[in-house]
Amino acid sequence: MEYGLDKRSNALKTFNTTFIIIWLLIACFPFIWTFWGSFKVRADFFSRADWWYAISAFNTLLETGGQFTSKAYSEAWTEGEFWKASRNTIIVTVFVVSISLFLGTLGAYALSRSTERYAFWILIAALIFRAMPHITLVSGYLFPFFELQIWGILPTTIVVLVAINQPFTLWLLYSFFKTVPKELDESALIDGCSYFQAFRYIIMPVMWPGVITAGLFSLMLAYNDFTVTALLLNQENHTMVPKIQSYLGTNQHEGNLMWAVSAVVSATAPLFMLVMFFQRQVISGLTTGAVKG
Amino acid sequence: MPNKTFFWFFLPTGLAMILFIGLPIISTGIQSFYAQHDQIVKEVKKCDPFGCTVSIVVDQEATSILRDEKPLGKFNGFGTYIDRNHLAIEQISDFWKETDSFGEFINQVTNLPFYKALLFTLTYCLFVTPNVLLLGFIIALSLNAISRKIRGPLIFGTILPMIVTPLVGSLVLFWMIDAEGIIGANLQLMMEDPYLSLKSSRTLTWITIIIYGIWHHSPFAFVVFYAALQTVPQEPVEAAIIDGASRYQRIRHIVLPHIYPVVTFVALISLMDNFRVFEPIIGFSAEGSAQSLSWLIYDNLVNEEVILFGSAAATSMMTIVGIAILLAPVLIRTWKEFRTAR
Repeated sequence: MEYGLDKRSNALKTFNTTFIIIWLLIACFPFIWTFWGSFKVRADFFSRADWWYAISAFNTLLETGGQFTSKAYSEAWTEGEFWKASRNTIIVTVFVVSISLFLGTLGAYALSRSTERYAFWILIAALIFRAMPHITLVSGYLFPFFELQIWGILPTTIVVLVAINQPFTLWLLYSFFKTVPKELDESALIDGCSYFQAFRYIIMPVMWPGVITAGLFSLMLAYNDFTVTALLLNQENHTMVPKIQSYLGTNQHEGNLMWAVSAVVSATAPLFMLVMFFQRQVISGLTTGAVKG
Repeated sequence: MPNKTFFWFFLPTGLAMILFIGLPIISTGIQSFYAQHDQIVKEVKKCDPFGCTVSIVVDQEATSILRDEKPLGKFNGFGTYIDRNHLAIEQISDFWKETDSFGEFINQVTNLPFYKALLFTLTYCLFVTPNVLLLGFIIALSLNAISRKIRGPLIFGTILPMIVTPLVGSLVLFWMIDAEGIIGANLQLMMEDPYLSLKSSRTLTWITIIIYGIWHHSPFAFVVFYAALQTVPQEPVEAAIIDGASRYQRIRHIVLPHIYPVVTFVALISLMDNFRVFEPIIGFSAEGSAQSLSWLIYDNLVNEEVILFGSAAATSMMTIVGIAILLAPVLIRTWKEFRTAR
């Protein structure tokens, strides 16, 4: 807090800076280390002999003749069929984000403009749904999906992820819609617009920041999901996260572990870029729900 | 908004939630009362010159016909709930009779799969949630005191652990902490114990997963607290400074009361999230010594031979009851507020 009256002692300032540096190291170093290690061979990154090999690249030099190698990446993407997993992830993410935003904006707009009591109960129900562990829902899906023979394919997973995502999207967009003054759409209604027209032409244009935030969170949910995608998709249709898990295997097999390392880096990098770009929206999304109510 | 318009606006999202959140919960409830079929056995008489022997073999054909006819399994009532893998009523009463001391009784009970998982889940919640609140708050205070110009990148660095999926986050840490990783190897050197490793002890595994939990969830608490700190009014703080309040007193009596509602919100959300801890167990390959309720369900669902729908569903229902207990105070409070507001 930078208050004019607030004088900080130098000791406090030093302590504060040290703390932040230590915390940032704890928060970021694992990612930097994994990124660094993904360009080494397994004997270096997971060295039994000497952990310093990971830096001096002793075995990488022996095996490949260079300090760095992109062998793990090329193998994981071709032989490990990571390209297929990333294609599936893109399909799932694009559809989940667009469908959940479409459903979510409609529903949240209605909730924010309704004065009836059921709107309150719907929000509470959504909160309870939000609390359900995904794995308990999955245990409810599996049997009916097997019986209906819709298990294992991408569309099922997309619909399920959209539904799981709705409670959070509703709450988030609801608090955004609440900040848009009612008079705006009321005046449109008086001018003869239907509710849908008011929603489409008056409210949506001023709602873009909220929609982007909600979209980012849907994206992160769909992109990061493990529970649903691992259990509802067959091998062929696996997205990135379950694919990474399948590289781990039960016995940590020679090549596959480095595939997992490079796959982790490949999967994380786009996400980091995205968050770096949209940092403001992510933070505003996390806080609207909390600070405003 | 008229009811009819509301209905049409809300229909798509409502339908999605009812079909894929409401119905599955009911489906889980129904499944929990069924158990998979026993295999049908038949007696086969084998005769050879030395006489006849009767052996019992599995009648594959009849079993598969029965499975096709009644895919849900046989009705089991509350049988699954009280069997050894869940509430284990019978075993517990046996332990109660057999064991001499209370400590030993608790020891026996926490070796049963369900109670073992429950114990881990609760321990995890109990250690992670308060520490997440504390660490998040300290980081928020600390970052808030840093010059505005460099805050952006610092915030980005801080939220990294939160935005990666738990599986990836735990893997990234596991690769460092494992015996062959940078931290694990150095710990072995420092402790002069070449056999020291994550998997060697249950306590170590639990501590690692709890540390992972704090690492993963603190950024969320940080972000919310940081935003709340921006809304703290300056006048009372300045007045307190003039009155000679120490830094600690200012935080304790002005800042904390102001952000109190946010603290309860963060506590609730992280409690809910921590209760479903599951992916780190897979990431750390810690199945041997740490199992959570969600992991038990997962394990039943990926069973190699036959998927244990009934068993998974029973655990799911009990997890839902657990969530309900956690949520109850909040729901009751909201309802009271709502009633007084009317």
